[in-house]
Amino acid sequence: MRNSRTLWIALILLSIPTAALVAADNSWLSKVPSTDRQRVNPYAGQPEAIAAGNVLFEENCAKCHGSDAEGRHRRPSLRSERVARATDGELAWLLRNGSLRKGMPTWSSLPEPERWQLIAFLRSLPRDGPPAATVSHP
Amino acid sequence: MAQSPHPIFEVQATQKLGRRYRDRSGRPRCQRLVTQFSLCRGLALLFLVLLCAAPHTTVRAQEPPYFVTYSEALEEPGNLEVAQKGTTGSPKDANAFYSATLELEYGAKAWWTTELYLQGQATANDSTIFTGFRWENRFRVLPTEHAINPVLYIEYEDVNGADKSVLEVTGHDSIADFQGRNAASRGDISRTMEGKLILSSNPKGWNVSENWIMEKDMMGGAWEFGYAVGASRPFALAAASRACTFCRQNFSAGAEVYGGLATVHDFGFHDTSQYAGPTAYFNIPHGPTLGFSPQFGLNDNSAGVLWRLKISYEIQQFRDLFSKKEAQ
Repeated sequence: MRNSRTLWIALILLSIPTAALVAADNSWLSKVPSTDRQRVNPYAGQPEAIAAGNVLFEENCAKCHGSDAEGRHRRPSLRSERVARATDGELAWLLRNGSLRKGMPTWSSLPEPERWQLIAFLRSLPRDGPPAATVSHP
Repeated sequence: MAQSPHPIFEVQATQKLGRRYRDRSGRPRCQRLVTQFSLCRGLALLFLVLLCAAPHTTVRAQEPPYFVTYSEALEEPGNLEVAQKGTTGSPKDANAFYSATLELEYGAKAWWTTELYLQGQATANDSTIFTGFRWENRFRVLPTEHAINPVLYIEYEDVNGADKSVLEVTGHDSIADFQGRNAASRGDISRTMEGKLILSSNPKGWNVSENWIMEKDMMGGAWEFGYAVGASRPFALAAASRACTFCRQNFSAGAEVYGGLATVHDFGFHDTSQYAGPTAYFNIPHGPTLGFSPQFGLNDNSAGVLWRLKISYEIQQFRDLFSKKEAQ
């Protein structure tokens, strides 16, 4: 009886950091309100917006995420499955709010249309795979 | 050549004439002025060295075009912004001056920005001196965006009375602060703790920011208060599809109003100075950000016009210069 209780306590204690890690890994995704999650990118698939997003990416994001968007210095790749699975609305929420504990700053000072242009560009990137050359768009 | 602003200063200067050309160590005073001038040149040199030491820099300052008002925009973590903020003016009954402030702003965390200011000024028919330093920290309070976003600001100042940077206005700051001779006012050193509550919003491409300032001289004196309010907007909300220097999205403009709110004993606008003016920024892609603002005194207690200039350069991921290179 006593051993069983000790086992339960140990399991609970072990599960707390595990749950915290899982929660932290997906923390920003779990915080996105459903209304934001369903938002649609008004620039989705537009070549002009993708090109503008590329310019914005080079100016704002490339230094952390790499000009090929594959991540550098332990900053995440933006070609990952996780980013690909996120909805436009979720990415828009992340750009607006950041993930401050994880080191991702808020980009709310960038006008909203520019944030949508960035998302249009991210959507145009190929997913992680073999090393690719630097991204270029027309 | 312009005359000294007040006869009293001439009298003081005459009384000090014996000391004026020799300091306590017997060294010619002009040599000391040369040393001080060299200090200001040293600040400018440091600015240039920091720029040259950053071979891989790009710039896209997302901060609104304010000179006094703070917004919620913090420095991105790992970035170092080097800026030179200049203020010049020719206040009534005072000699023309140019105040230079070197800013080193570092994003320590996504929610914490720390900044060091080194300040000096040159006054016509007077001298060029170092006036002190400030160390400020800004903390973002809430983890997500809201209609109004609060940021806490804490600063330690060690500046002397000859400071003319007007980085904020508090208490009964007035035009008289510009009228003293450097030799007299530099001895008036204040060590101050300053707090600000920064409130900022971004509705429909605009930025609206309000700052509430409280300041206490640690060497005595009452709590002093001040405020700053600004609103701005980029010229274009969407980016152009190709990189260009003179695209509208690289320009932003706005206006700010700021002034003192006296002290805890006589809170209000009585005997305070107030300023307002338009502001503009030009973010040169892959280059510096240039800022300009004429700011007008709104009452007799204020200087007529303060001309403000700013040039800043953001060294992106400055901390990576000191970390091991990773294979991509």
